[in-house]
Amino acid sequence: MTEHITLTVNGVSRSLEVEPRRLLVQAIREDLGLTGTHIGCDTSQCGACTVQLDGMAVKSCSMLAVQADGRSITTIEGMGTPENLHPIQAAFWEKHGLQCGFCTPGMIMAAADLIARDDDPSDDEIRHAIEGNICRCTGYQNIVLAIREAAAVMRAGSAAPAAPASQA
Amino acid sequence: MIPAAFEYTRAGSLDEAIAAVRGGAKVIAGGQSILPLLKLRLASVDRLVDIGRIAELRGFRPQADGSLEIGALTTYAEWRAATTYPGVREAIDQIADVQVRHLGTVGGAIAHADPASDFPAIALAFDGSAVLRGPGGERVVPLDGFFEGAFVSGIRDDEILVAIRRPAVPAGAGFGYAKLAQPASGYSIVGVAAVIAKSGGSISHARIGVTGVHEHPYRATDVEAALVGSDASGKAIAAAAAHATDGVEVNSDIHADATYRAAMAVVYAGRAIEAALARAG
Ligand SMILES: Cc1cc2nc3c(=O)[nH]c(=O)nc-3n(C[C@H](O)[C@H](O)[C@H](O)COP(=O)(O)OP(=O)(O)OC[C@H]3O[C@@H](n4cnc5c(N)ncnc54)[C@H](O)[C@@H]3O)c2cc1C
Ligand code: FES
Ligand code: FES
Repeated sequence: MTEHITLTVNGVSRSLEVEPRRLLVQAIREDLGLTGTHIGCDTSQCGACTVQLDGMAVKSCSMLAVQADGRSITTIEGMGTPENLHPIQAAFWEKHGLQCGFCTPGMIMAAADLIARDDDPSDDEIRHAIEGNICRCTGYQNIVLAIREAAAVMRAGSAAPAAPASQA
Repeated sequence: MIPAAFEYTRAGSLDEAIAAVRGGAKVIAGGQSILPLLKLRLASVDRLVDIGRIAELRGFRPQADGSLEIGALTTYAEWRAATTYPGVREAIDQIADVQVRHLGTVGGAIAHADPASDFPAIALAFDGSAVLRGPGGERVVPLDGFFEGAFVSGIRDDEILVAIRRPAVPAGAGFGYAKLAQPASGYSIVGVAAVIAKSGGSISHARIGVTGVHEHPYRATDVEAALVGSDASGKAIAAAAAHATDGVEVNSDIHADATYRAAMAVVYAGRAIEAALARAG
């Protein structure tokens, strides 16, 4: 038995036939081919699989695809492009917020959730917001710096006057 | 890891859910406890009834008489956004992580009856009750006595937990939660919730909920009895907190043996009481 579901993924409506037991992360990676979302632990501990569900960070290994039917998903592929990085991606690059990069998609999705709620988080608030994300490489310090930097860039961006039409 | 196959029904209403759970189906709310178990195949189900879309099960409803009802499907994040009770947000922030708080529900925390779950201790300190609905109608069961063992609660197989209800809190009562978390999982080794009110220099009301310590969350009634009527001095708090594990068999595992856990229960009971008193008016 399969179920027919529709997800809006990175702004695009996608229809899928899935078994009820199919996890959201499998639907994203295997059915939709969006392999930027990683599976680290597969036991809801590491946050590598973090995506946004209707704007909220969730662990996609701990949700059934059928539970997401009709809802909006944003994955790391929906954040920026190699030519035009999202400010959080740019800040991770700039501040060396990654080494192997395995945790990075999940870290960035968790950071985006935080900055949407609080555009000027303290270091403690940043650490609390990435409590559900594990990094085996960086020691977290540069991730915290990157998120702080990203928040500053995004604050400045939203405070700046509208961009000229040629850059819109 | 992939769960074993199951049939899936999405309930559109509470009545549909009650009809669907008859005959041995399991409910899924946020899925933050049941999915990890199904994935590890520590549990299996033939039929899963998804109650996640039932609007009538969601919501934070303060009543005119000061009592409060929280719909079972309310997530930790929704509860955090709605609560105004001093200290409660700080307690919610100690539960799990952002991602889990976005999906995990307060009803799931009660129904799952995890021996180390935080919300049951908090709900016990607020004199909470479970509102249950089954084919025979609704019943309201006090949470004190509701938790029967590890992962065993008083919910019958054909019932849905609809809401958690608490009466009006005594005027001026303060709340505190003190948790010793297991560093890797974040679950409580010891978690103590306290609701305390003072009147004329002495303690007039005390409710203490404890989690992580026994096979199920419980009310530390001996601590409460020692507090009421006392002068709320450091000495009185320490004397009361010493009763934190009276009459209960204390858990022992690789993270904390029974002696250590019992000692920490006393320390964290003292901290919870002090935090509650600091907020009491
Ligand atoms: C990484 C991680 C860390 C966590 N850390 C903590 C922590 O620090 N402290 C803590 O307290 N908890 C913690 N949790 C557990 C979390 O709080 C619970 O998983 C969550 O609250 C359960 O709610 P749910 O809606 O996800 O329940 P589900 O997983 O959907 O359901 C759990 C059980 O309850 C039953 N059920 C659910 N709702 C109802 C209902 N309305 N009526 C009848 N039965 C129902 C289900 O059938 C199932 O048996 C953690 C979980 C994870 C994954
Ligand atoms: S892969 Fe989902 S939390 Fe680790
Ligand atoms: S950069 Fe390697 S796990 Fe974080």
